[in-house]
Amino acid sequence: MMQSSIKKFLIAITLILSSLGVVMAQEGHEGHAAGHEPAKKEKFDVGGMIMHHIKDDHGWEFAHGLTLPLPVILYSQDRGLEVFSSAHLAHGEVYNGYKNEHGKIHRVTETGALDEEAKVYDFSITKNVASLLLSAVIMILLFSAVTKGYTANKGKAPKGIQSFLEPIILFVRDEIAKGSIGPKYEKFLPYLLTLFFFILINNLLGLLPGAANLTGNIAVTLVLAVITFLIVTFNGNKHYWMHLVRPTGVPLPLLIVMIPVEIVGVFMKPISLMIRLFANITAGHIIILSLLGLIFMANAMAGTTTSVAISPVVMFFTLFLNLIELIVAFLQAFIFTLLTAMYIGSAVEEHHSHEADHGAHGTTSELG
Amino acid sequence: MDLLTPDLGLLFWQLVVFLGLFFILRAFAWGPIVSSLHERENNIQSALDLAEKTRVEMTAMQANNEKLLAEARQEREAILRGAKETADKMVADSREKAEVEGKRILEQAREAMQNERQALVTQMKKEVVTLSLDIAEKVLRKELNDKSTQEKLVSDMVANSRLN
Repeated sequence: MMQSSIKKFLIAITLILSSLGVVMAQEGHEGHAAGHEPAKKEKFDVGGMIMHHIKDDHGWEFAHGLTLPLPVILYSQDRGLEVFSSAHLAHGEVYNGYKNEHGKIHRVTETGALDEEAKVYDFSITKNVASLLLSAVIMILLFSAVTKGYTANKGKAPKGIQSFLEPIILFVRDEIAKGSIGPKYEKFLPYLLTLFFFILINNLLGLLPGAANLTGNIAVTLVLAVITFLIVTFNGNKHYWMHLVRPTGVPLPLLIVMIPVEIVGVFMKPISLMIRLFANITAGHIIILSLLGLIFMANAMAGTTTSVAISPVVMFFTLFLNLIELIVAFLQAFIFTLLTAMYIGSAVEEHHSHEADHGAHGTTSELG
Repeated sequence: MDLLTPDLGLLFWQLVVFLGLFFILRAFAWGPIVSSLHERENNIQSALDLAEKTRVEMTAMQANNEKLLAEARQEREAILRGAKETADKMVADSREKAEVEGKRILEQAREAMQNERQALVTQMKKEVVTLSLDIAEKVLRKELNDKSTQEKLVSDMVANSRLN
């Protein structure tokens, strides 16, 4: 009883944060559009700075002027696979007939104009992909250490990194998987654990200065949501599908409304997962960057003294928001995994009430 | 690379890396971790169960011990009581017997004394008769030393017997 109320509370918080996040993300987007007007170049461009930080990039910029070039991998039908360093495309240079325009690589004609005809597929190791690979390496190292702990310390108390992660693993197993899926949880536990730790570690990595905003990228959350959707769809039992076309306890005329709602709901669930994680993480980054941007805006508009004066206040709020982001990092990993587990649970759940319904039907028809 | 439009490259890499990570971790990490967690939980549970069982057994044993002790105490009391009874009975018996014996001995003694006295009286009577006869003989002898007295006596006696 207590646990379920805590869960509901956490979900409510996350939903509120999510709606805020969407608003913030939209504002950020508008800011970005405004930020590229050349007239504002002499002023400090906060929107551009924020967008530059939260979006993906060829090359990993740790600080101004310190950029790690990353491999650009392009595939086009006429020229096949091409691999070269992103350093060649820095500062809008043209290399090999390619130009990096607003972070997107385009083919250019000999005159220097963008060639919209040529289809170029970009499989580059971007900042986000590099961060993704880094997080994968971290996870493999981390969990091989934990596994070694379990095999080497067999039958003993956990120690080291193993004892640090064990409560989290147990939490995912007991609270998320067992609680939401029920007795069939074991089949889905590897996916839920991978999902949880993937989101958590990338959320935390994203909070480091100069790091990529991986879980705040819609492509990443899209892939995760699609995998969840496929798992739910392929594990849906008879009742799950029956519920779509014939929801129990709904009067017949209402079915005209309810069936489309149910079918839309099937797709809305993964879409909400995708947007929630993306918006929350992106919003957190935008807020922190906006706060830090205040210092530079003050510098540009009112001079150095003002910016130095407001710095402590801004630092205080930034620190506070960073702490909140730490909570959000855990919370979003928890929510994504919990909702995934709940969707899986609703798909594999055995309904005894349904059976009872059938029984009641049988008796009435017999009586009739 | 806009905020709300997913990039093909990142979609591709995310799918490949995440699925790769999932299969690698499922094969090498989650299996052993989850099974050893399960095993340890089972161990702990069985240890707890064993402890509980032992506790119950201990309690039963203790109760049994107490029962045994109580029985032993009762038995001891019974034995003591029996022994006391026997002892009392023995004492009473021997006292009774002694009393009876004493009475018997007393009776015997009395009887013996009676007999003795009877014999004594008989003896005394005999002695007295003999003594009187002796005295009478001596007196007679002295009386009858002279002839005149003897004749006188005979005549007296004849006279007396004639009277009869």
